[in-house]
Amino acid sequence: MNGSGWAEIALTIGLTVALGWPLGLYLGRVWAGERTWLDTVLGPVERGLYAACGVKPEKGQTWLAYAMSFLAFSIASFVVLYLILRFQDRLPLNPQGFPGLSPDLAFNTAVSFVSNTNWQSYVPETTVSTFSQMAGLTSHNFLSAAAGMALAAAVARAFAGNRSESLGDFWVDLTRISLYVLAPISLVVATAYMALGEPQSLLAHVTARTVEGARQTIALYPTASQEAIKQLGTNGGGIFNANSAHPFENPNAITNLIEIVSMNALSFGCVVAFGRIVLARKEARALVAVMTILLAAGASAIYAAEAQPAPALAAVHADASVNMEGKEVRFGAPSTAVWAAATTGASDGGVNGMHDSFMPLGGGVAMFLIQLGEIIPGGVGSGLYGMVVMALIAVFVAGLMVGRTPEYLGKKVEAREIKLAMLAVLILPLSILGFTAAALVLPVALGGLLNHGPHGLSEILYAYSSATGNNGSAFAGLTANTPWYNTTLGIAMLLGRFAYAIPVLAIAGSLAAKPKLGATTGTFPTDGPLFVGLLIGVILIMGGLQFFPALALGPIVEHFQVLHAVAAL
Amino acid sequence: MLSQIRPAIVATLFFTLLLGVGYPLLVTGIGQLAFPAQAGGSLIRDARGQVIGSALIAQNFAQPKYLHPRPSAAGSDGYDASGSSGSNLGPLNPDLAMRVAKDAAGLAGEGLGPIPADALTTSGSGLDPDISPVNARRQAARVARARGLAPGEVERVIAANTTQPWLGVFGQPRVNVLKANLALDAATPAAQPRSP
Repeated sequence: MNGSGWAEIALTIGLTVALGWPLGLYLGRVWAGERTWLDTVLGPVERGLYAACGVKPEKGQTWLAYAMSFLAFSIASFVVLYLILRFQDRLPLNPQGFPGLSPDLAFNTAVSFVSNTNWQSYVPETTVSTFSQMAGLTSHNFLSAAAGMALAAAVARAFAGNRSESLGDFWVDLTRISLYVLAPISLVVATAYMALGEPQSLLAHVTARTVEGARQTIALYPTASQEAIKQLGTNGGGIFNANSAHPFENPNAITNLIEIVSMNALSFGCVVAFGRIVLARKEARALVAVMTILLAAGASAIYAAEAQPAPALAAVHADASVNMEGKEVRFGAPSTAVWAAATTGASDGGVNGMHDSFMPLGGGVAMFLIQLGEIIPGGVGSGLYGMVVMALIAVFVAGLMVGRTPEYLGKKVEAREIKLAMLAVLILPLSILGFTAAALVLPVALGGLLNHGPHGLSEILYAYSSATGNNGSAFAGLTANTPWYNTTLGIAMLLGRFAYAIPVLAIAGSLAAKPKLGATTGTFPTDGPLFVGLLIGVILIMGGLQFFPALALGPIVEHFQVLHAVAAL
Repeated sequence: MLSQIRPAIVATLFFTLLLGVGYPLLVTGIGQLAFPAQAGGSLIRDARGQVIGSALIAQNFAQPKYLHPRPSAAGSDGYDASGSSGSNLGPLNPDLAMRVAKDAAGLAGEGLGPIPADALTTSGSGLDPDISPVNARRQAARVARARGLAPGEVERVIAANTTQPWLGVFGQPRVNVLKANLALDAATPAAQPRSP
């Protein structure tokens, strides 16, 4: 650990939060249906699409209609992606000559990209054609992100409205977010990535004859275009197997900084936009503070963990000041640590170093950040609505203490909302711990482990945490491309996305219908340090109490084993 | 639900075409026009135009006259640029301890001081094109001996191919192995014996 490392972490997080502010103001305009400078070009496209879809933009939808639209779109996306992957051998642009994916792998991958998880059971370089990458995966990087941000817009309208039925229109939100936010920013960022060295090629590969005379086949893809939206939309599915550790996906410190910033900035932007729509700027600032504090704490903890002596290096008296296994030289510990916190806090799941080879507490903190519910700052859109659910629970807890009906942002929070919030929140332990427990007793699941002992438990626990949290990163030693893992992880991803989002929309519908109340002297203030502290407490206790026993048997036991091994040298 | 079917199908197909075909092809076009070298994979060619590798992708160097890259877990023999991968070995995995011990035995007598961590560890991608400057300097004596160059000359080539952290803060100092080795070849007079 050194000053430059800490400075890098602080500057990276600071830049991300700072950029979230202007992005959020712009996003708020798009959510509100206001004109933007792109209207002249994209306005006709937008209106033409509404006409083709038979959508009446002004009409608005109830929460149930909104949820049905979200589901219908997700199902259509899933079917198209599944078919592209299954039959890529009969589709154009398959210079690699790859066959179609197996049914379980195509199911897992299609669910993965539609749910904004982007878990990779497949090795792209040997499995996925150029066409599948572009038309299949790149497009769903946009669409699953836009769908998540649409839901966040609906939740914002629920708090803004006064006895209102409508949460806005899903198709309008989806279209406006894709056209006015994600596509133009991605185009700019992708161009910058190419300038900085990322490839963008329709060739499958080039063959080099190396300096020492070996043959090296270098796989290529349209990388920059996918990399841009992969990070911006908190998707995280690498176009290469090694994800952003691959020098083509992340060639230097500048691309690395852009990739980290762009994977969190829009999630912070969603909170700022929320504050703008709900006219609750101070309360939004409090949510940003909670996210920033937890993110900085996570990054610091991982950095500190990765600077502990690695036993294998210490045993041979090599320089053991940084655990470099699974890390790239150009990034080292600080860039890898801040990335790991950002990607697990944000449900992104892209990696620039291999989490499986992290020190026990480094990997443990990454896993814990996922288990907190992907809200710091969380996925685009999903991070905001996840944090709002936590805020509802926090004001409920505060209300219990003083014996008053809790309110949040002028809306009374009553039994119905809290029941739905708990229903959403409890999906996490149910899916994560339930599937992990099942996998731990099934030989077919245990056969996929690379590492054994407590680290083996961590590999499985991480996989189901990642899938349920719609994160997508992995302790990648686990061989997950088997029918068992493809199927159960696919189900976990579906639960994490839809069994969470539907109750959230129901909460939104219920809140929208309530009158908007003014603050009184009895209202618990939700914009100050007291609320920030309370909310952090609720998040940590919910995450900590549910998952601590499992973490104690995995990363925490392994940490003491490492201490013991190093002390014995 | 029925009323949602039409927009679901139309929107999915429209956006698949726009964002899955139009957008990547537009970016590809911009790349071909404005950044052809990077878009093609930052390839390096020899005097005859034959591709000898990518500046961004590690390739193996085993001869003593070259700087050696980090160990690689990509593919079965390492450095497989169509099979990027880390080892994914956990910190207490016995396979990691054995691999590190074996590699360390081979590097022990090569230079002074403890062996740098990056010389004994595989990278996340298995294709890390860089080594740390400490690692490169530790190899300088061996490279100089094999080439009949003065150690200072090798150090100079290493320094010339070292990239410092961006703005002094972002990333770590690094030496690009392929570029440094090509520079070493260029700095070695042809009359000198090229391999021991």
